[in-house]
Amino acid sequence: MADIVFDGGDFARLAAVPLIPLGAFFVQTLVGRFGPRKGDWIPVGALAIAAALGIFEFAKCLTVWNPGFRVEWKEAFDWIPGPAESRASFGILYDNLSATMTAAVGLIAFLIHLFSVGYMHGDRRYASFFAHLCLFSFGMLGLVLSDNFLSFFACWEVMGLCSYLLIGHFSEKPSAAAACKKAFLTTRIGDVCLFLGIAILWTRLHTFRFTELWDAVPRVLAENGGAYPGWLVTAGLLIFAGAVGKSAQFPLHVWLPDAMEGPTPVSAMIHAATMVAAGVFLTARAFLFLSPEARIAVALVGSFTAIFAATIGICQTDIKRVLAYSTVSQLGFMIAGIGVGGIAAGLFHMVTHAAFKACLFLGSGSVIHAVHTQEMPQMGGLRRRMPITYGTMLVSTLAIAGVPLFAGFYSKDAILSSTLVHAMEHGSILHALPAIFLFTAAGMTAFYMFRLILLTFHGEPRDAHKFEHAHESPWVMTVPLTILGFFAVTGGWIFGENWFLELGKGLPGMVVAEGEAAHHEHEAHGIAMWGSIGVAGAGILLAFAFYQWRKFSAAAWAERWGPVHRWVKNKYYVDEFYLATVVRFVMFLTAVQRWFDVWIVDGLVNLVGGIGRAAAAVSGWFDRWVVDGAVNLVGWLTQLWGGVARLFQTGRVQTYVAWGVAGAVGAASVVLWMA
Amino acid sequence: MGWLSSIDVLTWIVFLPALGMAAVMLLPSASKRAIRGVAVLVTVLAFALNLYVYVAKFDRWSGAMQLVTEANWIPAFDIFYRVGVDGISLPLLLLNTLLFALAVPASFGIERGVKGYFALFLLLETGVSGVFVSLDFFLFFVFWEVMLLPMYFLIGIWGGPRKEYAAIKFFLYTLVGSVLMLVAMVACYLDAVPHTFDLLKLQELARNGQLDGTRLLHGGILLGLPFQTWLFAFLFIGFAIKVPVFPFHTWLPDAHVEAPTPISVILAGILLKLGGYGMLRINFPFAPQAFQDAGTFLALLGVINIVYGAFVAMAQTDFKKLVAYSSVSHMGYMLLGFAAGTTWSVNGAMLQMLTHGVSSAMLFLVVGVIYDRAHHRDIARFGGLSQRMPFYFGLSSLGIFTSLGLPGLAGFVSEAMSLAGSYEKFPTLVVISVIGVVITAAFFLWTIQRVFLGPLDEKYASLPEISAREVVSQAPLAVLCVALGIFPVLVLNWQMPAIETFLRLIAPK
Amino acid sequence: MSLGAYLAVATALFVLGLAMMIARRNLLYVLMGIELILNAANLNFVAFARYAAPAGGEAALRGQVFALIVILLAVAEAAVALAIVLHAYSLFDTVRPEEPDLLRE
Repeated sequence: MADIVFDGGDFARLAAVPLIPLGAFFVQTLVGRFGPRKGDWIPVGALAIAAALGIFEFAKCLTVWNPGFRVEWKEAFDWIPGPAESRASFGILYDNLSATMTAAVGLIAFLIHLFSVGYMHGDRRYASFFAHLCLFSFGMLGLVLSDNFLSFFACWEVMGLCSYLLIGHFSEKPSAAAACKKAFLTTRIGDVCLFLGIAILWTRLHTFRFTELWDAVPRVLAENGGAYPGWLVTAGLLIFAGAVGKSAQFPLHVWLPDAMEGPTPVSAMIHAATMVAAGVFLTARAFLFLSPEARIAVALVGSFTAIFAATIGICQTDIKRVLAYSTVSQLGFMIAGIGVGGIAAGLFHMVTHAAFKACLFLGSGSVIHAVHTQEMPQMGGLRRRMPITYGTMLVSTLAIAGVPLFAGFYSKDAILSSTLVHAMEHGSILHALPAIFLFTAAGMTAFYMFRLILLTFHGEPRDAHKFEHAHESPWVMTVPLTILGFFAVTGGWIFGENWFLELGKGLPGMVVAEGEAAHHEHEAHGIAMWGSIGVAGAGILLAFAFYQWRKFSAAAWAERWGPVHRWVKNKYYVDEFYLATVVRFVMFLTAVQRWFDVWIVDGLVNLVGGIGRAAAAVSGWFDRWVVDGAVNLVGWLTQLWGGVARLFQTGRVQTYVAWGVAGAVGAASVVLWMA
Repeated sequence: MGWLSSIDVLTWIVFLPALGMAAVMLLPSASKRAIRGVAVLVTVLAFALNLYVYVAKFDRWSGAMQLVTEANWIPAFDIFYRVGVDGISLPLLLLNTLLFALAVPASFGIERGVKGYFALFLLLETGVSGVFVSLDFFLFFVFWEVMLLPMYFLIGIWGGPRKEYAAIKFFLYTLVGSVLMLVAMVACYLDAVPHTFDLLKLQELARNGQLDGTRLLHGGILLGLPFQTWLFAFLFIGFAIKVPVFPFHTWLPDAHVEAPTPISVILAGILLKLGGYGMLRINFPFAPQAFQDAGTFLALLGVINIVYGAFVAMAQTDFKKLVAYSSVSHMGYMLLGFAAGTTWSVNGAMLQMLTHGVSSAMLFLVVGVIYDRAHHRDIARFGGLSQRMPFYFGLSSLGIFTSLGLPGLAGFVSEAMSLAGSYEKFPTLVVISVIGVVITAAFFLWTIQRVFLGPLDEKYASLPEISAREVVSQAPLAVLCVALGIFPVLVLNWQMPAIETFLRLIAPK
Repeated sequence: MSLGAYLAVATALFVLGLAMMIARRNLLYVLMGIELILNAANLNFVAFARYAAPAGGEAALRGQVFALIVILLAVAEAAVALAIVLHAYSLFDTVRPEEPDLLRE
């Protein structure tokens, strides 16, 4: 099986995959902007090389075709030196998962770069845009290849930074300036949880390396009588909290829709290949640390997010916001899939989703580029003007809706069947909830995605002026669309059906079903397939009924459900809720502590100073009137005596003589009298 | 010139600035260019020498004191001129000489009293360098006081509107600390057998439990508390004021806000580290048992610094005050790391001193740039500056992201090490302190948003981009921000053996 | 004549001289008063040398020598004092002793 050996050269190539974009980032930041074309070819070229290397190694991995394939390059770089227990070194962990991700991320990131050349043409900050995009790619590529939690976390945060910089690209818009801050802070909350989780694992197990940690978990369980000890449960949940922040799961989902303030390629980057996928990737990597109860929590969070975001998506009119909520929803699918034990299914969906969501975002970018608006009510009929964009977006929509033969069908089907297996195995309503949520959300997905297509490309142009000016985008934009569209169609079966599911069996924590479970699985698979086709079909039909055939009026429905519609359209007022509670509470704490600092702490200091000054004043008075008074008294007495004595000093010689004689006589008399 | 080479290199590093001060004093006060030239020459030379020591003369694998030189000074009281460096003091010394060298070009904007300014400035450098290399408690104390006076005048004369208040507050606060230290020093001297001020010998005595006050009046027991407790408390308060540790921190924002930019840089970048250095070198090793007993309390103070400092920083409207309070917050990680006393936490805390030295120096330079142009520092009145000054925005962001602990940049390594290392001992406190991490990110990003992002105010439409001179001051720090984040070994390799020595000194018996 | 008579004359001379010194309003008379006092002393020296000391002894000679020295000193003193008086006169335009009182105050 494993007849291809991974040698040093392979690892060097793998190391180059993230490092070349990193180098390109530095070059582009420092000198690129002065080069020809503002240096855009540097990041694009770097990504092309990275993608090529990633795909090359991936191909090699494919030839091995081993579910348990895993090679490591340990301790390639000493970050924090020292003896084993206090050392942190970075290396490469290359297994089926990272192989797939490296290739997919590299390719998609390259296509997004290429697309940006056209989309961002003439932008004021063109050069730094490419630098940041390049660093973003480095973050994700480094993350998927990391063999330890520390470099993983570093890359994770680098992506946070890049999302901050890129979402705030149009920073002169106050909304963009606020959105980038919100994105960074919201994910940061998850990040510190993740960091704490890592710290707990490190404190207990003294390593950051994934493989060593995975090996340690069975040992820990054995020591604890098969159950997860409290600290491991805590660590697992904290790590998952990191994924919740990054993958925009409820309740930390609020940043992702706002992230639409960034340029569209950035949205594509965040939503498809990087950032949000990192959370799913993390959940898969950390699956072993999740206790059975924690896994249910994961599944519930994911599935709830899926349906929650889907309902919001139905009510949005901004094309990018619909896609944003669809991303949140699809991420919920992936997380829920992993939570119920279908790790491979969740990751499979992550990869296919990366392809079709990138295509959808770039397609929407192409549309926005053409009509200069993001509001779907102002579009319509664009398919005649933009055939390539329309075609690629349509196949991607078919994929995300879960129409058979398209990529999303296979992966979503895998998740749904995993949830069904989960429900069947445990048989409680709690365990069945993910399945119920996800099936509903799948139907909604089909509905709102076709709503998007129909409103944008079908029907009559609603804004004639914008329609007249619309035109197909240049090749740098359409070629990436076409390639991504190709994968949106074929992603599910191009490597052979269930290729991913089979290889995924080598992932840590993945249980290969046997016996009765296998029976369940087989049974569930059938139900899931027909079920998902059913709900997808229903959703699509409903969308056509509303927006193509006009059987029902969307406006009238919105009217009828007025308060509910407003509630959902305004994203359930979660933002407002946070603003009124969390943000206000923090600002309150801030004000209180500032008051405390100024009036109590510094007040005390000034009070001490004041007391010192008062004491000084008292001593000053004492010194002036008592101490110095005594001195002055002596002086005054001396003066008084001098005044008396001067009476004898007439300045006349004769007086002195007289006094002298008198004195002599006096003295003589005394002497005589004494004798 | 043979005698020149006979003086050891550390002495040169310490006293070169003092020589420079003498030269400055001899120059006529009108020849500003010559004065500035001398300052540049001297500080750069001191830095170059220091770098040479760091790279070539220092054996980084040894945790022992190196390059030790000793000379009689006041034999009647066993006082020696005794200098040397180890992995703890050398990186700090390097940071010190670097920051002084960078603060010189940042001081070129000062036009009033140039001669006096640079004379005091160079004297300050001698004082600070001297503290880092002293191996004799008395010498340490002398340098400690030498640095106090120039600082007082530098703030009090070249400062902002409330400079007198700030300078006096700084002076008195520090003096209180000095007095406590003086008492502790004399007590240690008298208690040691034979009487000595030698720091290393005193550490050794303390390690063997012989610095217990038995040779003092009443056996050193005061109010029923043993000598070691008193010694620890006195020294701790003395150094905590310098750090500054809550609740002794309020001199810091005032001093920072009023001090001229280069002095703020020195103050935040290096003077605060003297407190931490004093704890590592004197406070904890002199009273190891008391340190172990007080561990939780110290960690608690550290966490208060982190969280409280961050919250108060968030409330500030003055950019400089905000950075000052962020320093309070960052010094909390250091204290927490010290208190936990594990390899990672202490190394992280030590590294935090350096990375914070770099990032806070950078941030104060950043604030200085904007203050020079807009003549105010009110965050709320800025906006959109990134459009007008993109390069400046880039440097500022780098400093800010280093400060808020972004991986890949210097601040992350130290914060991560001190937090992860402390988790073992104080899990609850670490969990609380991450609130500080989030709040730090929040107020810094909020600041970026209000100062640099958003629409550009018409008032600032003509602000000039950062000048070459300002870049000279900031560029080396920017490079360090990135380099230390990716290659923390550049410092860790040097300090780790010395930290091992330190941990042996404070380990519970 | 007995010693007592000489002493009486000397006393009279002394008292007269003293009175002149204190009471006269002319510096010259004050000087004369001083001379009288000196002469009173001289008279005493000589008288005691004659009556109190053993005759022909060294002590008898001593009293007369003292008288001679006093006379010589009186001459010198008178010269200096007259010079002072003259100077004072040229300065203050007076020889009255109570007028030059610059030391007062």
